[in-house]
Amino acid sequence: MANAPERDAHSGTTTTGHEWDGLKELNTPLPTWWLWTFYATILFSVVWLVLYPALPFTGTGLLGSIARQEADADHAARITAAEPMLARLRQASQPEILADPELRAYAIAGGRTAFGNTCAGCHGAGGQGAPGGFPSLADDDWLWGGHLAEIEQTIRHGIRAPDDAETRLSQMPRFLADGMLTAMQVNDVAEYVLGLSGRGTDATAAARGAPLFAENCVACHGERGEGNRELGAPSLADAVWLYGGDKASVVRSISFARAGVMPAWGARLDPAVIRMLVVYLHSLGGTEGQ
Amino acid sequence: MPDVSAVADSPPLVARRQPDYVEAPLRAFAIATVFWGIAGFAVGLFIAAQLAWPALNLGLEYTSFGRLRPLHTSAVIFAFGGNGLFLASLYVVQRTCRARLFGGEDAAWFLFWGYNFFILIAGTGYLLGITQSKEYAEPEWYADLWLTIVWVAYLVVFGGTILKREEPHIYVANWFFLAFIITIAVLHLGNNAALPVSLFGTKSYVAAAGVQDAMIQWWYGHNAVGFFLTAGFLGIMYYFIPKMAERPVYSYRLSVIHFWALTFLYIWAGPHHLHYTALPDWAQTLGMVFSIMLWMPSWGGMINGLMTLSGAWDKLRTDPALRFAVAAVGFYGMATFEGPMMSIRAVNALSHYTDWTIGHVHSGALGWNGFILFGMLYWLVPRLWGRQQLWSAKLANWHFWVASLGILLYITAMWVSGIMQGLMWRAYDHLGFLQYSFVETVAAMHPYYVIRALGGLLYLSGALLMAYNLWRSVSSSPAEASAAAQAAAAPAAA
Repeated sequence: MANAPERDAHSGTTTTGHEWDGLKELNTPLPTWWLWTFYATILFSVVWLVLYPALPFTGTGLLGSIARQEADADHAARITAAEPMLARLRQASQPEILADPELRAYAIAGGRTAFGNTCAGCHGAGGQGAPGGFPSLADDDWLWGGHLAEIEQTIRHGIRAPDDAETRLSQMPRFLADGMLTAMQVNDVAEYVLGLSGRGTDATAAARGAPLFAENCVACHGERGEGNRELGAPSLADAVWLYGGDKASVVRSISFARAGVMPAWGARLDPAVIRMLVVYLHSLGGTEGQ
Repeated sequence: MPDVSAVADSPPLVARRQPDYVEAPLRAFAIATVFWGIAGFAVGLFIAAQLAWPALNLGLEYTSFGRLRPLHTSAVIFAFGGNGLFLASLYVVQRTCRARLFGGEDAAWFLFWGYNFFILIAGTGYLLGITQSKEYAEPEWYADLWLTIVWVAYLVVFGGTILKREEPHIYVANWFFLAFIITIAVLHLGNNAALPVSLFGTKSYVAAAGVQDAMIQWWYGHNAVGFFLTAGFLGIMYYFIPKMAERPVYSYRLSVIHFWALTFLYIWAGPHHLHYTALPDWAQTLGMVFSIMLWMPSWGGMINGLMTLSGAWDKLRTDPALRFAVAAVGFYGMATFEGPMMSIRAVNALSHYTDWTIGHVHSGALGWNGFILFGMLYWLVPRLWGRQQLWSAKLANWHFWVASLGILLYITAMWVSGIMQGLMWRAYDHLGFLQYSFVETVAAMHPYYVIRALGGLLYLSGALLMAYNLWRSVSSSPAEASAAAQAAAAPAAA
């Protein structure tokens, strides 16, 4: 309802004379600081629009800034700065890199970064591995070999990588699923396998499993279960287990087999980066010889 | 005011006829606001815990973070906020126009069931993996079409009430409500233009593609914040704060200027979501400067909200509803300063894609939108059910402090984790290699994720206190409620 403006006792300001459901409005002028700050933001914006690109199809502002070119230049500068060292890495052999303190330090720093972005998702931030088939790279229990050249081969071509002709290949049979062993026999073999690392609990079953193991497993895993790196067959006689060392996991491995896959990185990473990765893995402590 | 009861025998000359306001559907909106608020906060808490402990994804597609996250955002923005906006706008427009709702009770019931049906089909779709994959616009075409019908009905009901008003002028709250309703309609239609694959399938393809789609999406996304969560909620503020404070609005002139400045400038600010992307530089520049210019128009609402208390600040000590509303305006001021700052390209280079953005959104959502709705509900629910007052002011105080502590934990954790995350991403060592791998930044954020989840737990607990308090307020007889309130007030001094 429109009434005559009235004076508010508290502020001394008049109202507009409007009223809705008991609500009124004061006729207070705009706060000066508010208005001038508003003007300042408008002024700032006008200046900014002149300095930076602000219209379609007209290129740059006065500063000549084009975001894409700036990003490209930044990227190119980093590549240029890194290139001399990368070139040296590509040319040197792995032992030469290890023998040159400057190259070695550079390769470890770069390898750590590449490892974090490329490998850590499966092998862990520190190369410690993860349950479920992701081996630790910080110990000396190697599936396919821990020499520098063997590690480089694994990184380049992967393991069971479907898109790489030279990838490392082997396939364990599915003893239960394909009817090669009965459930009882699988149980006996599992007891025998656990006994190899002194962790069996049923000597009778293990004794029944011994001839089955000799018949079915030694071709790849060796007579004493020591493993075979030519085939990527892991040692069964130590305490390191890729898919779990409890009996249920071992039974599952025998019954249905395991076949982890690692991608081939040869086509995706710069050769210098692969070099750095190998040197970094070497520095984790588990590599053998040079 | 003349004592009308003393002259009850003679026909009242001064008291004006009060229309038969529509209220029953508004009570339903109030219940839905509380219900969806608690549901939305609970899902938020659960997904916050998932970020800290990923095993809580439970290995099921239905409970994975990717599906629950839109359920959370839609539940709090569109279900909690939306029902609150329907409640506030339909309550306010009738009283400030002194007119019964256009379309009457039936129209309001259609809005209630229609809107909540939309929420239901949208939300269940998310869980089943049905989504347009557009942030805050996830519902697929059939839900979008249904919402369009409901929204047009909303505009007709609201606009019709304004047209048949008995007051000569339109109150400022209604300008904001109307801007909210119209702009959301435009945004909804623009962003959801899509071609369904088949008449009976859920899948559709969005009309625009690539960077054009991204631009339209963030034109929509930012103005969902600007018109749903800002303009609409300023409408709530402009009615309930003067009502609670029993003071006139501080400045009519400021309300006019900041209304038009806000509505004109907000619509251009969307590209600041796409800094350093394929979006052309000139569009990024425009998005940034319009965001900078939004600072003062946004603060106009804060000034009008806070200065309206001039002469009534003492009420903050005794009225928890007002305290919620005023704290909300404070958070609004904070978030609307932080927003323009984050839109500056150089700042955005650090903040974008980090938890800082999440913290910014939640200082607005938890602090501004949540608190002002809590304040409104504490004030409005007893009135809608014809009760004298709230069952327990003391419990509402507990709600206030528990929720405030929750917000504090939430936003400080996200500031620290977001800035840390941004700095870790851009850190190089002396040889020129990145200092940290992505997984190291994830590991570093774990403690802050735990703190954030704790903040969410406190905020949810506060809302449960409110639900209980409101339930007791309406379920006890008016006499009981009044006695309990007095009893609660007495020992509070001891």
